[in-house]
Amino acid sequence: MTISTIKSRPIYPGLSPDLNARSNIIVCDKAGAAAVTELFSRADATFAKRSTVFIADALQETEAATARKDLAPATLEILPSLSAGIVRLREFLDNAPMGLRLYAAGTEPLIGSVVQAAADYGIDHLSIRTEHRGSLMRRVQCVHCKGFTENVTTNPVTCSHCGLTLFVRDHYSRRLAAFQGVCIDAENPGDVPPMEAIYQ
Amino acid sequence: MSGFPLRRVRVAEVEQVAARIKRFRFVDIDNAPLSQFSGGSHISVVMHSGDRLMRNPYSLMGSPTDTSSYQISVLHCGADSRGGSKFMHENVAVGSELEISQPLNLFPPVRLAKKHVLVAGGIGITPFMSMMNELDALRSDFELHYGVRSLEDGAYCKYLQSRYGSRVNVYRQDQGQMIPLDAILGEQRLGTHMYVCGPKPMIDWALQTAELQGWPQENLHSEQFSAPPPGKPFVVKLAKSGREIAVKGHQSILEALEEHGVDASFLCRGGACGQCETGVIACDGYIDHNDHFLSEAERVGGKKIMICMSRIQTGSITLDL
Ligand SMILES: Cc1cc2nc3c(=O)[nH]c(=O)nc-3n(C[C@H](O)[C@H](O)[C@H](O)COP(=O)(O)OP(=O)(O)OC[C@H]3O[C@@H](n4cnc5c(N)ncnc54)[C@H](O)[C@@H]3O)c2cc1C
Ligand code: FES
Repeated sequence: MTISTIKSRPIYPGLSPDLNARSNIIVCDKAGAAAVTELFSRADATFAKRSTVFIADALQETEAATARKDLAPATLEILPSLSAGIVRLREFLDNAPMGLRLYAAGTEPLIGSVVQAAADYGIDHLSIRTEHRGSLMRRVQCVHCKGFTENVTTNPVTCSHCGLTLFVRDHYSRRLAAFQGVCIDAENPGDVPPMEAIYQ
Repeated sequence: MSGFPLRRVRVAEVEQVAARIKRFRFVDIDNAPLSQFSGGSHISVVMHSGDRLMRNPYSLMGSPTDTSSYQISVLHCGADSRGGSKFMHENVAVGSELEISQPLNLFPPVRLAKKHVLVAGGIGITPFMSMMNELDALRSDFELHYGVRSLEDGAYCKYLQSRYGSRVNVYRQDQGQMIPLDAILGEQRLGTHMYVCGPKPMIDWALQTAELQGWPQENLHSEQFSAPPPGKPFVVKLAKSGREIAVKGHQSILEALEEHGVDASFLCRGGACGQCETGVIACDGYIDHNDHFLSEAERVGGKKIMICMSRIQTGSITLDL
């Protein structure tokens, strides 16, 4: 995570256990799962028992087995992708009462998608405990065509919808769970700085 | 910044609504429309009692969109109150003229909440009167849990029950009834917010109960009706103007400054909003921090004071004013 002067750029303070929560709902990806293991080691065993972990990532069989071992005795569900994970999270929140604590650990698109879905259930973004792990890749919305480009690792980047070259800004929208991309060569078409892989 | 436009109002109605509670209705002196407000707002009422000047905050009741009049309810704070509530009860009658501030809201309902659980104790019902009015108009889901000493002491019990039906739950202390907060909070839907207003021990209890049930801070809201506690007289030195002002035992620093024509900034006058924060340059006494604003570290640091509520035990204090 990079430091920014832009106010809307989210910060992720790191996972800490809410020992009072009656249930803990944790969404993570492969890299984020390590943060969850550390979270469990910072609390007592009953904390993990009260926890449900959704790993929203494509895992190899051996990786899944390791996760099952590391995260026991939490209830663990492995979903094949981020979008499948968010569908499962929504299903879960549909019937959930107050007293649960939501956590998200992994890439920014994962954290952002959890925060975005949670807002529909009246969960304040500040009440979600978050930790950034793994790739710095971003979800970017082109401010011109409004299309989203996923898994952006370079700046500038080519809009996957309209083809404009976009400068990726730190301006972030919680509602869209995306950073803003603005045409970089509007003044002098073709005058484009080299793409740098800064969000690896 | 104390130069908020004050408005002159006339008392159009006074009603004894409970053993120690009177309801006052104010209209503009020229019958001009008053400003709309939002649920949970309060106004300050300026009172000249003898040679004393007080401005006490009181929550607005009634409908936030009704601009024809404002209503407040004032609890008589007992024989030992030589302050404002006694003045309101004994000196203010139909036809009296008063000055009030513009409405200010430090206790608004959260618009994005899925449901609102309101917890009131005694006179703490007042901010919820306008809040429920607003929530009802928005068709928002809410329930009220209202603890009273007895039906004679509790204001508006019947009115609220007839208006809002089963959404209103009254608990009578004289019948041994307690607010079953654990059970109430135990079965609320996700996205519910809790609001509490009442005596300090009740507020602390409600917030702690919710926290132990795993409710996030962001879903918890409270308003405390604090008044500046009296103490011993002391001296305030103003570093910029070099003036020295005596603060009497019954005055807050802010009130003493106002009495001497010093323009100090304030909003809530209850130690909640942070507006009156003032730098401390020197202090030879011990500061009693009576606000709910400064952090523990700031209190210990001794470089800041909230002049609407806090005082020093004795001696003098030099302020960055
Ligand atoms: C946001 C907010 C909303 C509020 N809403 C309401 C409401 O809707 N209804 C309601 O009833 N109250 C409400 N209050 C409380 C209200 O503002 C007053 O604090 C309350 O009426 C007590 O005022 P008092 O002057 O009678 O009390 P006191 O505590 O007696 O007086 C307060 C003032 O008198 C001085 N004083 C205190 N003791 C003495 C003494 N022994 N001798 C001389 N002077 C003394 C204090 O320094 C202070 O200036 C609210 C408070 C806040 C902060
Ligand atoms: S005026 Fe609000 S804290 Fe003092």
